This record gives sequence, C-alpha cells and structure tokens, in this order.
Amino acid sequence: MDLTVGPNPFFWSVEAVRDFYACLARAPVARVVLGELVCSKRLPFWQDEIPGAIETLRAAGKEVALSTLALITLPRERRLTRDLIEMGLPVEVNDLTALRFIPDGMPFWVGPLVNVYNEGTLDWLADRGARRICLPPELPMGAVEILAEAGRQRGVAVEVWGHGRVPLAISGRCYHARLHDRAKDNCQFVCGEDPDGRPVETLDGQAFLTVNGVQTLSQSVASAARQLGLLRAAGVASLRLSPQSAYFSDICEAYAGALGGGAAGLESRLAATTGGAALSDGFLAGEAGVDWSGG
Amino acid sequence: MMELVCPAGTPAALRTAVDAGAHAVYCGFADATNARNFPGLNFNRDEMAAGIRYAHARGAKVLVAINTFPQAGNQGLWHAALADAEAAGADAVILADLGLLARAAECHPGLRRHLSVQAAAANADAINFYAETFGVKRVVLPRVLTVAEITAINRAIEVETEAFVFGGLCVMAEGRCSLSSYATGRSPNMNGVCSPASHVVYAQERGETVARLGGFTIHRTPAGGPAPYPTLCKGCFTSGAQTGHIFEDPVSLDATQLIPQLARAGVTALKIEGRQRSRAYVAEVVRSFRAAVEAQAAGRPMPESALRRLTEGQAATTGAYAKTWR
Repeated sequence: MDLTVGPNPFFWSVEAVRDFYACLARAPVARVVLGELVCSKRLPFWQDEIPGAIETLRAAGKEVALSTLALITLPRERRLTRDLIEMGLPVEVNDLTALRFIPDGMPFWVGPLVNVYNEGTLDWLADRGARRICLPPELPMGAVEILAEAGRQRGVAVEVWGHGRVPLAISGRCYHARLHDRAKDNCQFVCGEDPDGRPVETLDGQAFLTVNGVQTLSQSVASAARQLGLLRAAGVASLRLSPQSAYFSDICEAYAGALGGGAAGLESRLAATTGGAALSDGFLAGEAGVDWSGG
Repeated sequence: MMELVCPAGTPAALRTAVDAGAHAVYCGFADATNARNFPGLNFNRDEMAAGIRYAHARGAKVLVAINTFPQAGNQGLWHAALADAEAAGADAVILADLGLLARAAECHPGLRRHLSVQAAAANADAINFYAETFGVKRVVLPRVLTVAEITAINRAIEVETEAFVFGGLCVMAEGRCSLSSYATGRSPNMNGVCSPASHVVYAQERGETVARLGGFTIHRTPAGGPAPYPTLCKGCFTSGAQTGHIFEDPVSLDATQLIPQLARAGVTALKIEGRQRSRAYVAEVVRSFRAAVEAQAAGRPMPESALRRLTEGQAATTGAYAKTWR
C-alpha cells in the first residue's frame, strides 16, 4: 500500500500552491493528482503553476495525473475537460462527463467523487479503461473489501480515502458567496480567504461542516489511521491524502512511517496536524461518518 | 402537451395520481433499490403489477425508479428489481448507477431506460455519454441548471429531458451527497433515505423546540410555532459571525410560472417530487399541474399557483432555474 495525494480542493495563492508542490516533491508519496477540482472560476489565478508543479513532481519520481472538475456544467468547463484529456498525462475523472472525451482504449483514473459503489460499476469502468479507482469516502469497510478484490481481479488499483476533510456534497450554488451575501457570478473569490474552508457549526456550537465554495466538506478530518491493517489485508493499493494548508508534509511522513511498520504514535502525530478539528473514521468503521473509532 | 410525471409512494397514491390526471407516475419497490425507501411506502411485486394494470387501463404510464447505487456484494437485489419491473409491464425504469445501466442495456434491451436525477448528468456531453453508451431515452435534469442552460442542453442532445417543477428541492447535486450519512450513517445513495426520521429527535429547551438529526442541531424554533423537519441542508447554522440558513432556506420548489419557458427550452416532461406525500396532497398537486400543462398547450397564461399552502415552510422558490439562486 502506498500514498496518493489528491487534488487540492481549496483556493490558495500562487505562492502557496508553488510552495506546496515544491514540498510535496520531497514527501514520501508515490503519486499526485492535481488540477482544479471545485470551481472553474479559480483556475485562471493559478493554472500557470501547473506545468512547473508537474515537472517538479515528475523529476522527483512521482506519478502525476490531472483531475477534472467535480461538477461540469458550463460550455467553458466542457472545453476545459476536453483540453485536459489532450495534455498527455493520465486523467482522473471526477465527473463522468469526461468519459465522453476519453477515447476507447485510453487508460484513465477514477476519483472519489464518481459513484463506484459495486462490482458492476467497477467492472464497467475497468472495461472502459479505468486503471485506478479511488472509492467514494462514504463506503464501509465491507464494501471496500469486496471492491478491492474485484479490482485485483480486473487489474484496477483500488484506492481509499486515507486522510483529510471528507468531500460530502457539491452544488450549483456557492455557499461561500452566499455567506457574503453575494451570488456566485459576483463572488469576488471570497473562498480564497479560507485556505482550509470555512467552518460551520450548529446553533449549539457543535463542529459540523466546512464550506469550500460550491463544495461542502466535513469539519472533522477523516483518517484511516486505525484501519491500515484491514485495508492492507483487503488488498487496497493506495491511501489518498487530501491537501491542507499546514502540516501536510508531517501527515505524509506519518502515514509513510506507519506503512513502513512504525504505526506507533500515528494517531497522536495526526491529531497535532488538524488545527483542533476532531478525527473521524465512521464511514469506514462506525455508524455515522462523523464517528471516530478511537473513542 | 408536456407530459406530467407524478409521484406514487403507495398503490393508493398511484390510483389517486392517475385519476387526477397524471400522464405518468413513478414509483419503486419496497426495498433499498429506490431513493424513497421510507417505512410504509412503495410497492411489493403484486402491487406493482396491479398498479401498472390500473394505470395502463386509463392511458397512463408507470416509470419504476431503481435509482440507488447497488451495494457491493448484494447486486442481486437490484438485478431482480430490473427483471421484475420488466415482467410487471413497466413503461420505463429510472436508473442512476453505471453498472446497473449496463446490466439493463444488456439483459433487458427492450425495457426503456431513463436516467435518474441521481446520476447528476448536468451537461450535454454527460447526457450524450449516457444516451450513446446505454441507450438512455430520457434524462431527468439535475436541479442545478438554469432555464437558459436547459435550452442549450436540449439543442445539443437527441434524447428527452424531464425537469422538476414542484416539491422538495435538493440544493446539492443529487446522487453526489453524503451529508446525511455523515450525520446518521444512512444516505440517499446507499440506503435510499436522506435525513431519516429514525435519527430525528425533537426536544424542548429554553422555550424553544430543538430539532436534531443524528445528534446535530438542525433547527431551533420558538416553542409552540411550526418546527420544520430537520432536513440537513435546510438547517440553520453558524459560520463565523453569521447565523442562518447557510445552504438553503426551508423552501420548496414551485416552477408553475416557468412552465412556458421550460416548454420553449425543449423539456418533454415535468416532474413533481413527493412520493412520501399523502394522497390528498398528490391529488391537489396533480390536478393543479394538469390544468397548468393544458393551459400551456392551449397558449393560455399559467394559472396562479394554488399550491402555496402545500409548500414546505410556506415559502416557494424557482431554485436554480433562475441564475441568481447560485
């Protein structure tokens, strides 16, 4: 089992993006998926960083793929998707629209925002050219075990959400803009003010969700730290780590150490990287997604 | 005339909808294969066959929703639903899962396939992908699109489109939302339920009615007043200095006045949400919308909506159909 870093869901400054991928080149991860996942309006601000990041990461021996958007609606987003596929790198599909443009026989990856809940869908995607599939974070361990086995039989590497705030929903509406009493078309890029999203609490002060533009994430940081043995035994090929603005190198090193046999202290190392947010693993191991098996 | 597609949560509601003028009804089997898997709702096999006979005898169609995502290791339940829908004489099945679409195209080629809103096909490329790959004949449009976008989509596709006009309103892209399972462990995609009643608790605290879902406070309302159902995305929350309905107000969709625009946009069918609703509700909504589509077909103005009092929280919205909603 190795480590895959997913696309950054947040909107960061050019400098922050550059530093992040420069650091990541030195991190103990096998592959990196990058590109704008959440909002096409953000892309012009940082797209010039992408070629350099790809070059740096590949020079460091990382496998690199480009992510599609998570929700493709506008004509310019459709064109963007087409262009992405012609760039010559593996593409991670996070909206099935991309399949219209991926020629038969061209291998591709499938991201966690595509609904792969069962063997039938995994088989169909494998026939269509899928080589890696990161399962939806919502799936329980029993389903992961079945799909990892199905992936093994089909030569598809199955990946599981390993660490990071969980993507829970995507919308046509921008909640960041709404919180600032603006419409999406006049958002003035307020999501850039919150490099890890904007926390949402209940009226009783319970930590609950995180708003990130049109995306809604958990406020807890999901972690497969307590499930590594089961995931490895199930034949899961890789753990997905989702970017955050601070301590990300520590997170990569903590998991790499644990996969290398030094699992002791992993939870406490991770707890120091969440900025006070709780850890959760309920989708894999509990009743509700927010639950944490560590008590 | 535009086709009016109406909810039938029970055999009685099916008959009510057909009698009230539905051109088609949609319904599901009483298990996890459909996205309204609520206690006391839905059809067993005999009821489905009888319901289809009743509808067909009166010139109405029956569309069977098999629109959740099959569970790994338990796909047989979904495969049986496909075969049983075909055997019962369904006019179409409404599907969302790639694997299930492939199965239907391969094993039930004569059974008409509609793409569920749960598949969230939000642009012409995605719709054409489903049409070309699985022979889908109609797509239920996600509730994230404006009327202008629907117009553009219909110009670029060959298949029919169906648009929601009334009832509950998902503010998230459907079929791509795990908010409910994050709070309760039960989700639309895996269990066919959202914000399930089994996880709702009401309490009286400090002169307020508190509605909680999976332990999370969704609403606090003055005691004695109406307390809306704690649907997660319609809740009242706090972020920084702001408190309010951060995702959506407790509104429901009423696009009656947009019917002429939707017709010009090339929409074939209009869908009413609400398989969990009472027969009285279904009868009133179906009659009202049948009058509206007849008025549209005759070139008359749309009737004033008589349905205000039936909408959640007494407030209605045209949702994403107006661009400012975003």
